Amino acid sequence: MYRIISNEIIKPSIGRMVVEAPYVAEHRKAGQFVMIMVDEKGERLPLTIADSTPEHGTITLIYQIVGTTTAKLSSMKSGDCLFAVAGPLGHPTEIKNYGTVVCAGGGIGIAPLFPIAKAMKASGNRVINILGARNSDLLILEEELRAVGDKIFICTDDGSRGEKGLITQPLTGILKEERVDLVVAVGPVPMMKAVSELTKEYNVKTFVSLNSIMIDGTGMCGGCRVIVGDELKFTCVDGPEFDGHLVDFESLGKRLKTYQKEETESFEQYKHKCKLEGAFNGK
Amino acid sequence: MASKAPRHKMPEQSPEERVKNFNEVPLGYSPEMAIAEAQRCLQCKKPLCVEGCPVNVSIPEFIKEVADGNFLKAIEIIKDTNSLPAVCGRVCPQENQCESKCLLGIKGEPVAIGKLEGFVADYEREVLHLPLVSSNKKTDKKVAVIGSGPAGLTVAGELAKLGYSVTVFEALHLAGGVLVYGIPEFRLPKKIVSYEIECLRQLGVEFVLNTVIGLSESLSDIKARYDAVFIGTGAGLPSFMNIPGEDLQGVYSANEYLTRVNLMKGYLFPEYDTPVIKGKRVAVFGGGNVAMDSARTAIRLGSKEVHLVYRRSLDEMPARKEEIHHAQEEGIIFDILTNPLRFIGDNSGRLCGVECIKMELGEPDESGRARPIPKRGSEFIMDIDVAIIAIGNGSNPILQKSAPDLQCNKWGNIIADKQSMKTSVEGVFAGGDIVTGAATVIEAMGAGRKAARSMAEYLETGKW
Repeated sequence: MYRIISNEIIKPSIGRMVVEAPYVAEHRKAGQFVMIMVDEKGERLPLTIADSTPEHGTITLIYQIVGTTTAKLSSMKSGDCLFAVAGPLGHPTEIKNYGTVVCAGGGIGIAPLFPIAKAMKASGNRVINILGARNSDLLILEEELRAVGDKIFICTDDGSRGEKGLITQPLTGILKEERVDLVVAVGPVPMMKAVSELTKEYNVKTFVSLNSIMIDGTGMCGGCRVIVGDELKFTCVDGPEFDGHLVDFESLGKRLKTYQKEETESFEQYKHKCKLEGAFNGK
Repeated sequence: MASKAPRHKMPEQSPEERVKNFNEVPLGYSPEMAIAEAQRCLQCKKPLCVEGCPVNVSIPEFIKEVADGNFLKAIEIIKDTNSLPAVCGRVCPQENQCESKCLLGIKGEPVAIGKLEGFVADYEREVLHLPLVSSNKKTDKKVAVIGSGPAGLTVAGELAKLGYSVTVFEALHLAGGVLVYGIPEFRLPKKIVSYEIECLRQLGVEFVLNTVIGLSESLSDIKARYDAVFIGTGAGLPSFMNIPGEDLQGVYSANEYLTRVNLMKGYLFPEYDTPVIKGKRVAVFGGGNVAMDSARTAIRLGSKEVHLVYRRSLDEMPARKEEIHHAQEEGIIFDILTNPLRFIGDNSGRLCGVECIKMELGEPDESGRARPIPKRGSEFIMDIDVAIIAIGNGSNPILQKSAPDLQCNKWGNIIADKQSMKTSVEGVFAGGDIVTGAATVIEAMGAGRKAARSMAEYLETGKW
């Protein structure tokens, strides 16, 4: 079992959990992920590792509460245990000195971006971070990323924090002004698609980290398959990072909606159950 | 002579009843039926059935004990060579193995060897509750087993019995490999698998779950920590057909579909959190046991119509006869001599149909089976909302990638000696689907037995 050290809500719908997983903490590299199961009846959910403290044997997971599993996650207390944490999985990000690297994170994608930006900086790159979110309530790790980058741009769709607008706006400015050797983009599909289209115009190499639906995370089910160039690739074992200029984002976006109906059904039932239990406890 | 009696039919849930549940289909022999069936055995002096068994169970000997009502003795004889009899009694293709050699089968029906094996194993588990015998001979040698499927479990059991300290690494959150993620509950109840694994735990085998070897730790990292290593990582990489539309919502690999339902208990959604699309009209592509399992799972999930689309004819189907028979009884529609060309989706990317073409059989191909040839102009469209691709699995490359000196063939299967199961790396053995490509549970167990024997020899002598 994997004991939870702390679990706090850092923004209205975003939680940060520190959990014991010594093997993962010892071995994980930037860009890798874990598969977690909250309890025995839970689903297997891929989560990118935001940070780790090998000497404590712990890893940090940041999650947005969007459905049953993440709601269950948010309800767990320190001392509780996760049923399973498997990993680290997937290929690590190719970290080396590229020159100037732009790290662009959208929404909850900022969490997996953090270790990548940190590692890029540590290997001598000039790192420019761009963080974007729908609003300030969904904007995370601003200070952490400010500390590991040479420059930072913040934007929100509604202007409640930083510039009003999309990540592509500051990115266009940077690409016009200076030589960029690599862009790493992690976030919602439309954001990664827009970033990749833009960097293609400027012919700048771009990595995107995909968040496909997975079951095992080890290459066994093929549920995370994605079209890259002309090939069918598995996000879990071939990725999770791919060349953004080759990914078929439209296909990926549609596949992510496969279980929309079932996810809503499950979440409604979970909320209903919580309400009943709450009433029973006199809450 | 008792052998003239017809084979005792196994009582089963009726098709109408069983398509509504995931309970096991056969209900099991009663002790009286088992004794009567065992009495049919001719007790051949040179038993051919034993040759037909990949692990050479002493079949006439155990059947003799069943006939005499000595079920305890019978299970002891089986367990001497087969560590998972409750599993094998259910999933072995006996009609191509032991039972195909039975002399009674020449004129009539062979002895129900598999059913008897299952009976005594169940009797031990449910009635006798035998205490576990762990070895008193302990050695300080350590063995790592990578993968907890049938091959790995066999190696673990055999070596633990010899007193070695065995650690099994498993990527998933449950041990059992294909026995838990692949084979459905109605064919192999999961309580049987967990019982077998519990037995191994009591023998002292340690299971390390949620751990993938080959990513953070390479094969040589593991080798450095153990005296011998067995690789039984199976054939877990699903093949797709490379036709248009395979990325549509509703198109599954059989591995994904079965894993969602079996391992993650998707059939109990939303009590369990993992969903699976319950299609109204489902098509399964393939003709093996996995295809049958998928089709029969779909009908149990409440699909109105389930098609099994296979490009050759019924005669070439590689599935066990019993599975084909059960599937037909359950109303699966067999579209033989048919091959898919492309999947068709609606505007939101959801599967709504498949275009197929009729096939005819030509000359035998390299597999010896008649080659299917498309019939020009016979294309047609079938409306479906779920497609399950069950055309086989390749080898999972994760571990091999971490070990450049481990020799593999062009399909990525590890090359191992057929008798000793030794690989190209000293101290490393391999067996099961990762060596042979997708095959059966019992063949993997046979390889596991051979490997265990040769590993014990290597551990004792240090000779490679």
